[in-house]
Amino acid sequence: MIPRSLIIGVAILLAATLGMSVYVWRIRSRVHRTEVSALNTQPVAPPVSGATERVTLYIAYDDAGVLRPQPVHIQLPAGRQERAAEILRALLTLYLDKSSTHPLGTGSEIRDVYLVDPGLAVIDLNAAFADNHRSGVLVEELTVVSLIQTLTANIPGITRVKILVEGNERDTLAGHADLSNFYDVPALTQAVAQLQGQ
Amino acid sequence: MSVAPASNRLSRGRPARAAGGFAVAVFLASALLLYSAPEEKRITLYSNAANYSLPVLERNGDEYVGLLELFEPLGAVSARASGSHWKFRYYDVESDFTAGKTRARIRGTDYDLPSNFLLENGRGLVPLSCLGTLMPRILGGPVTFNQNSRRLFVGNVAVHFTAQVSKTTPPKLVMNFTAPVNPTIATSPGELRMAFNHEAVVAPGSQALTFDSKIIPSASFQENNGAADVVVAATVPLMASFANNGRTIIIEPVPQAAAPSQAATQVPRPPTSAGVVPATSNNAPIGIRHYFAVVDPSHGGDERGASLTDQLAEKDVTLAFARRLRQELETRGLATMLLRDSDATLSLDQRASLTNSAHPAIYICVHAASQGRGIRVYSALVPAEAENRGPFLSWDAAQAPFQLTSRSAGANLVKDLQNKQIPARSLIAALRPLNNITTTAIAVEVAPPSDDVSQLTSPAYQQLIASAVAAGVAAFRDKLEAGR
Repeated sequence: MIPRSLIIGVAILLAATLGMSVYVWRIRSRVHRTEVSALNTQPVAPPVSGATERVTLYIAYDDAGVLRPQPVHIQLPAGRQERAAEILRALLTLYLDKSSTHPLGTGSEIRDVYLVDPGLAVIDLNAAFADNHRSGVLVEELTVVSLIQTLTANIPGITRVKILVEGNERDTLAGHADLSNFYDVPALTQAVAQLQGQ
Repeated sequence: MSVAPASNRLSRGRPARAAGGFAVAVFLASALLLYSAPEEKRITLYSNAANYSLPVLERNGDEYVGLLELFEPLGAVSARASGSHWKFRYYDVESDFTAGKTRARIRGTDYDLPSNFLLENGRGLVPLSCLGTLMPRILGGPVTFNQNSRRLFVGNVAVHFTAQVSKTTPPKLVMNFTAPVNPTIATSPGELRMAFNHEAVVAPGSQALTFDSKIIPSASFQENNGAADVVVAATVPLMASFANNGRTIIIEPVPQAAAPSQAATQVPRPPTSAGVVPATSNNAPIGIRHYFAVVDPSHGGDERGASLTDQLAEKDVTLAFARRLRQELETRGLATMLLRDSDATLSLDQRASLTNSAHPAIYICVHAASQGRGIRVYSALVPAEAENRGPFLSWDAAQAPFQLTSRSAGANLVKDLQNKQIPARSLIAALRPLNNITTTAIAVEVAPPSDDVSQLTSPAYQQLIASAVAAGVAAFRDKLEAGR
């Protein structure tokens, strides 16, 4: 005769096992969906809602090796951090266009922009951005300065910028431009002026 | 009472045995190290385009050298392996070698190598002994090869010298060279040795020179492993000084009163800095050379840099250009150290550490790019968070105290290049290791003169730029020395 307590115990264990199995299966499905979305390297579409605002993009021109400001009107969300990300994505859309003056590699994307007080902005690029970027001191500097200047010209209060790739530190963008350190925005002013031909 | 003395003997004996064992271990380790680290065999090539040195490889008891590396600094070269065939091209001269065979075809005619041609991972190796006949066929000009010393002279590049002891008191040995030289100088009791590692110095009429002087009775010329040495024998400590823009070396006894203090502090100086090389009476050589410039060919080894074309890597262009730049700087009497003279991998931190240890007046990092035209000269953008505290320099902001001189040097160089009708720009960039360098530091990015990126390998273009950059640096020499 099997004790009643043992039967109840085994039944509880079986129920727990079944419950855990269902839970693990659901977790795995969720992870799979996340991985699939991570592999999607298409540029993120601009926001469809929000007021249209005038912002200044600092666009790189490879032929002359210069940076030129260009006012554009884009729809921007309300949040400061979201606005920062959308402004950089608007810049990226120009660079990914076929007629780009400073072409970036296929699949380049701004994953996110984080604004951390006081005055720190973190730009997180995807792997395709760095891996497919052309290599050279000037061509890499144009990209980095274009991103930082566009960000700081439109989002006040940023004094330092850090660039990550897939959330991680990386030594250089494509063998030259240093990404291991923080960029000092005031110190970058002279570099921007030089790249604008001043 | 009998235990204590025994214990004392024991305690005295153990350290003695331990010390003995340690000494034996150190001796064995030293012997092993010395045995396992023989001097690397090298061949040195001297030409109007560049002087450079390459490693020699031992294969099947013969000495070999990579043919592509040998010709690369001389002009446009390419090589392609196809099965056992290895096709080599120097400008429009085509050669075809076969792995494991001695027969080759050069300029459409057969040529027999003294040993088999070797193909290793796509790299073509030829026996060293054939260079005296192989290179003239490919280059179409005279080549002199001294196989014993592994020194190869392309064209009429030899630097000759005369040596004469004056009858003054004290006597002076005056050596006049046909071109500026900048040897590394070291002394040991009874001799002063000058090592010519990059100059095509050749022997005078006789390798042994004797002088009518009791103080400086003789000198000898020696060649070995791709370098030449002149050893001056003397009965007193000697010192050397340079004159005539490095074309004259004057060797004379060290003044008695000054010798000890000088021996402790002075080191060899570049020819144009009126430096004096004192001799010491002990075995410690004073061969710590003071370099005016450190030239850093960026990338190298596993790190190819930009792919300028399908075949052309940035690391190869920077090395070829850096060799020319070193030659041009040394021709102007500026002692120059090349951070890498082969396809070696160096980290950015290693490059900065080596440079900072050499204490040069200027660091010049060489890059190459396919985008744009002409030359871009960069100075450092020091990162935000780095901060120097008192005498301690932050590694990332080590360049901060030198930023003004670096920018000034860059601007002057650009102005100089523009005066020579070479398109040039001065820029600031976050480009490591510029921010880690504790002296004036610039990076030079060489872009092609036209849409044709292959022009980056053109000897004429490289020479034009190297000469212009060296002239610009030389013009700024005094300010750089002052800021050192």
